[in-house]
Amino acid sequence: MKKKIVDFLTEIRPEFDFAASNNFIEEGMLDSFDIVSLVASLDEEFGISIDGTEIIPENFSNVDSIFQLLIKNGVTE
Amino acid sequence: MNLKFHNKKITGILTVLPENEVNFDDEIDNYDFSRGQSMKLKLIMGYGKRRVVKEGTTVSDLCIFGMNHLFDNNLLKKDDIDALILVTQSPDYFVPATSHIIQGKLDLKQDMILLDINQACSGYPIGLNQAFMLLEQDEVNKVVVLNADIMSRKVSVKDRGSRPITGDAAAITIVEKNPSDNIIYGTVNVDGTGADALIIPAGGFKMPSTPKTAEFETDSSGNSRALDHLVMKGDVVFNFVQKEVPPMIENLLDKAGNIKDEVDYYMFHQPNKFMLKKLADKMGVPYSKMPNNVVENFGNSSGVSIPTCITYNLGEKLMTDSYLICLAGFGAGLSWASLLMEMGNLDFCETIDYDN
Repeated sequence: MKKKIVDFLTEIRPEFDFAASNNFIEEGMLDSFDIVSLVASLDEEFGISIDGTEIIPENFSNVDSIFQLLIKNGVTE
Repeated sequence: MNLKFHNKKITGILTVLPENEVNFDDEIDNYDFSRGQSMKLKLIMGYGKRRVVKEGTTVSDLCIFGMNHLFDNNLLKKDDIDALILVTQSPDYFVPATSHIIQGKLDLKQDMILLDINQACSGYPIGLNQAFMLLEQDEVNKVVVLNADIMSRKVSVKDRGSRPITGDAAAITIVEKNPSDNIIYGTVNVDGTGADALIIPAGGFKMPSTPKTAEFETDSSGNSRALDHLVMKGDVVFNFVQKEVPPMIENLLDKAGNIKDEVDYYMFHQPNKFMLKKLADKMGVPYSKMPNNVVENFGNSSGVSIPTCITYNLGEKLMTDSYLICLAGFGAGLSWASLLMEMGNLDFCETIDYDN
């Protein structure tokens, strides 16, 4: 699942190495529109709807936090 | 704040759309998106066609055009109007109130109440709530609620957060006393600590417009705008809506003694497709009951997007049938408001184009 997350991130912002970063937001790798695009991709891929109240920058700061968000929204490993 | 009204009814809704239509595809180069990102966001957010006014067209122009349409088609009589409420954040002037401009140009009677309300995306339910309150008076039998905004005039052409969704429109809603015991439930909430989430910093008395306030600056997200332009903290607004709107509707339904499945339609303010889908998912409401097609066809016209959603999606149905409808607005202020009512068998429910 983490590889899929990195694939989606790379598709949205191919200029960055997401596997090598631990804070996408502080490093300016993702903005709010990128997060919207990512959420739409993850919702479709995993057949879920990530809770709107959880679409906050902290939950998209690195691959692990996005992974945990998916688990919280019902995705199983 | 919970509100409850007896013996009142909406009897007609008319939406007036400006004649100018712009298409997102023609504006892509204005924004700091890659073409691929633009195409993806177009689908997710609902970027599409927007109706905007030509330079020089004002809120009063749109409202007067719509009112004359009703007079000319014998759908409304001038002397029957006991009060007129205008909800707008884009008035013709600071002084006088735009409702007075409209009353004067339409040659309406002097023995009436005029009221201007400065509200944005919550303006439609807030204006209706005010109309229902006015109808408590013995001599007030019919109220016209005008909701109009032309915020496209205040959004930077290089603001990718707001520009691709912003449209202009006006709507006229007639509210009357009604003998049937049609109970209407409403709510209003506000949070002024979030006032800077949606704001036009310059142009008022606090910061008058100057050549300096017209200078463009680029923010960290790549948006270029001036202090004279609307600024929206999109992430703050999104989270506010997701956090506050579902419990507001739960509370409204609870007060009315209804469950969510009993509501036929959730006609909500139309900020963008993504936000509405997330709201519907969180509330457990099917998309078919909560239309999200206004932004892609006409743009987000602030509170006017609610009557636009009604006339566009339910126009003919509401002429002959009746439905339990939940309205909700949420945005600048911050403010959020809702209404639940049986609506139907209207005298008119249509969308027309402004023709100057």
